[in-house]
Amino acid sequence: MKQHFDVLVVGAGPAGVVAAVTAAQCGQRAALVDDNPAAGGQIWRSGAPLPKAARAWLARLESSRVVRLQGWRVFDAPGRTVLLAERNGASAAGLGDGTEIAELHAAKVILATGARERFLPFPGWTLPHVTGVGGLDALTRGGLPMAGKRVVVAGTGPLLLAVAGHLAGNGARIVAVCEQAPLERLVRLGMHVLREPGKLWQGMQYRRAMRTRLLTRCWVTAAHGEDRVRSVTLRQGKKHWEVGCDALACGFHLVPNTELAELLGCRVEEGLVATDEQMRTSVEDVYCAGEPTGIGGVELSRLEGQIAALAACGRGEEARGMAARRRGKLGFVRALAAACQLDPELKKLTTDETIVCRCEDVRFRALRGRLNWREAKLQTRCGMGPCQGRVCGAATEFLFGWGADSVRPPVFPAAVASLAAAGQANNFTATMTTSEETEENV
Amino acid sequence: MREAGGGVSLMVNGASVTVAPGTTVAAAVMMAGTMTRTSVSGEPRAPLCGMGICFECRVTIDGATHQRSCQIVCAPGMDVQTGAAEARQA
Repeated sequence: MKQHFDVLVVGAGPAGVVAAVTAAQCGQRAALVDDNPAAGGQIWRSGAPLPKAARAWLARLESSRVVRLQGWRVFDAPGRTVLLAERNGASAAGLGDGTEIAELHAAKVILATGARERFLPFPGWTLPHVTGVGGLDALTRGGLPMAGKRVVVAGTGPLLLAVAGHLAGNGARIVAVCEQAPLERLVRLGMHVLREPGKLWQGMQYRRAMRTRLLTRCWVTAAHGEDRVRSVTLRQGKKHWEVGCDALACGFHLVPNTELAELLGCRVEEGLVATDEQMRTSVEDVYCAGEPTGIGGVELSRLEGQIAALAACGRGEEARGMAARRRGKLGFVRALAAACQLDPELKKLTTDETIVCRCEDVRFRALRGRLNWREAKLQTRCGMGPCQGRVCGAATEFLFGWGADSVRPPVFPAAVASLAAAGQANNFTATMTTSEETEENV
Repeated sequence: MREAGGGVSLMVNGASVTVAPGTTVAAAVMMAGTMTRTSVSGEPRAPLCGMGICFECRVTIDGATHQRSCQIVCAPGMDVQTGAAEARQA
């Protein structure tokens, strides 16, 4: 399937939804391609009551002329503005021969690929029912019952309280919320939040829903259990203690998804996609909006989506007019990053036997002493499994200070048949080898 | 869990599971009390990220291998095989 659009938006979170709707409102033929089963991304994920703004934007998307490719995963970019996507579960739905791919051509591409959670390895973190914080929230929104479940929420960042509140609202018993940052840093972030009444309101909602104590400078040192997590050891200062639980939700703030931007050749600085004030990346006709340009929350993402779409639709004047509003919100990006800075003590949680790369079961002892990410990959297969280092890359960056390698296609694993079809269309057979390796690794 | 009338029935490792409409396959597998896969060194694994990034939740759906169960919504009559079953058979 080959399709042409004026504006192609990747990612249907707040930035992507606003960008696609805005582009359609500008009279452009717009498309929105997204990996998830429904639009909204993570923060506007269905399955839970959504804020008014989310409902309004998702309704606008429904009634818009935006062409939707929901449940499609972009796995390659053979051209600057040409993307290849594979339909998730195409064969599961009984369609075709097990694969279905789309070749998407566009005059302008807007990347709104969002962020993922940062996971840090500690003994027992690979046990079933140890999930991310946003991870457990997503599973709950996806229908996992929480009533009566004892949950420990740990890690760092505003997600902890938000998710604890949501889980409690679903009947979970929140055993503890453990934030690794010290209280004074949270207070500083709180002062920043005070300047944005919307954020303050969100915070109050969380606290109300939860009715539990927030432990600061506190973290999980180990998860215990055979077939699944049964208890965790918590540490706060010199105090260690064990608590029973049915689930541990543990995540250390967010890491921007910059892989597709990197594959397209966009300049990435300190882990963030570099843009100008019109959200233009270093690559012509490619724009970026939302978390890949900096973790700053829903309102900033929406604003960037709008700016990017206006700029992409030739309304640069209006886009530039919104730059001051955006600059006003960038302070929160810095405040959030400062608040979520990881305590170096967390590096000591990993023991020699702790698995760092979950795809390939590479343990810490195999990685100690390696020079860099590339050597670790070549010698141990760390980061070479189907997640392509999306989980262990951020962990090894923290543990060893390793920087990421260059990104190569396919940017997500794809069926060999899809890569073959893509190869026929674009004559890049080199990716075939990579795909076969990926398939065999499973 | 809802009654069969308002729910979606599917098979997880040969056992019938009924879930509310809109439930992801990952949630259904967890509700069925099974893990999603066995790691290369033999550890049981279950969903981690819930958003299609980590690939821990991959299962076989209607014969299609390596499907990320957190990104797919349950459909009536779906046949889900997890890596837990494969490990048992091996």
